[in-house]
Amino acid sequence: MPERIVVPFGPQHPVLPEPIHLDLVLEDETVVEAIPSIGYIHRGLERLIEKREFTEYVYVAERICGICSFMHALCYSQGIEEIMKIEVPDRARYLRTIWSECSRLHSHLLWLGLFADGMGFENLFMRSWQLRESVLDVLEDTTGGRVIQGTCKIGGVRRDIGAEKLAEMHRALDPFEEQCRNLGDVFLNDETVKYRLQDLGVISKDEAYALGAAGPTARGSGVAIDHRETGYAAYGDLGFKPVVETAGDCYARCAVRVKEVYASIDLIRRAISEMPEGPLDVKVKGAPDGEYFSRVEQPRGEVVHYLRGNGTKHLARARIRTSTLANIPPLVKMLPGAQLADVPVVVLSIDPCISCTER
Amino acid sequence: MGIFQMTKTVLRNLAGGPATRQYPAVPARTGPLTRGHVVFDPATCRSCSLCSKRCPCEAIRLDKEAKVWEIDRMRCIACGDCVEGCPFGSLTMEPEYFAPVVEHVVERYTITYVKPEKPAKKPVDESAGA
Repeated sequence: MPERIVVPFGPQHPVLPEPIHLDLVLEDETVVEAIPSIGYIHRGLERLIEKREFTEYVYVAERICGICSFMHALCYSQGIEEIMKIEVPDRARYLRTIWSECSRLHSHLLWLGLFADGMGFENLFMRSWQLRESVLDVLEDTTGGRVIQGTCKIGGVRRDIGAEKLAEMHRALDPFEEQCRNLGDVFLNDETVKYRLQDLGVISKDEAYALGAAGPTARGSGVAIDHRETGYAAYGDLGFKPVVETAGDCYARCAVRVKEVYASIDLIRRAISEMPEGPLDVKVKGAPDGEYFSRVEQPRGEVVHYLRGNGTKHLARARIRTSTLANIPPLVKMLPGAQLADVPVVVLSIDPCISCTER
Repeated sequence: MGIFQMTKTVLRNLAGGPATRQYPAVPARTGPLTRGHVVFDPATCRSCSLCSKRCPCEAIRLDKEAKVWEIDRMRCIACGDCVEGCPFGSLTMEPEYFAPVVEHVVERYTITYVKPEKPAKKPVDESAGA
């Protein structure tokens, strides 16, 4: 029997954008066990809710994560709106959907780039980030911020997108989709990519479900859970079918994200063409009194904001569970059996976002 | 074919120019809405202190007595809430990012707004709040 050794992986590692630590127990080059530990970038943002007014906390919620920032703000706002029984105007719901999908696009393109980099495909990495840049440009033009949009507020949205800009976005979608499809073709059909990813980090449907996987990690194993199906914001009007793959390996998780890029483009296109006219926000009076579990589908999976108000301007409690936290147990299950050289690819395949996880 | 999937892109990349900008020579891209930094106009501020109340990161301080308006650029997150809330248009958002600094500086302005004299038609006791 080969001798077991423990190799530390992270918190500083070339493939990790954020710090997570894994103790990899190896037999020769094969991983037999992985022990994760987190806690490097805890910032105490949940506790901050006692110090900030509930309207101001939207900015804090937005800064929980640098990628799905808009969706954190959206999730928080929806929770407060539900507690305070605020009806959001239709146009605001559609604008929220467009910005959410733009966030998903740039998050997935970022991830595809990092993933390509993780498996050593530098050219593809640059190509993904080049496409991501055009999404960021649209976000900057419409909201004023590349990654921190700051447009979501309780009761609606802060800014409108003019008819001219919407038409421009609509025109730009076709060439953008073509570019994305060219990029996606490489991820889905290239032999070297397939050779590297298929049958790597496999997790079955039952295991993924039992371990509470979220987002593309669950959908890559055939668990068709996508919170957008419940129809928050304008998803109910637009209609939505989750993207599901069944293989449960790294290739399937990659394929889910590539196809979600196409799905997001389609959602933005339909949201723009069905955009209703009307006001952007409603006035918020009073203070939240009650509790609510607000749930939103982020690029990495479902995020839950639990909010409890006590009738004052400061909420009593906020609890945020993000998708990466849910995806760490499946990751620990995926790693045994993988080669040491494949560990970065498997870790990246759950799209770890540690600043979300530790808040 | 499978292994030549990327070839098309590579050829296009060889023919096309660089996708990046030669940054210091070519200025960074900003839009008209870009939230760069907040600019204060001391000539129109009426010391209502809405900006300092709204600021989520307590970057703005206002001393009504001394007529001093301060912004801590290190705390400001350029969210634009003060700009949106200012009823007198004294705050504007400029698209340029604030230049880097090497020490913590609080920008201080003395408010120069002078309440215009009302044309004295008849003596009315001033009951309206500020």
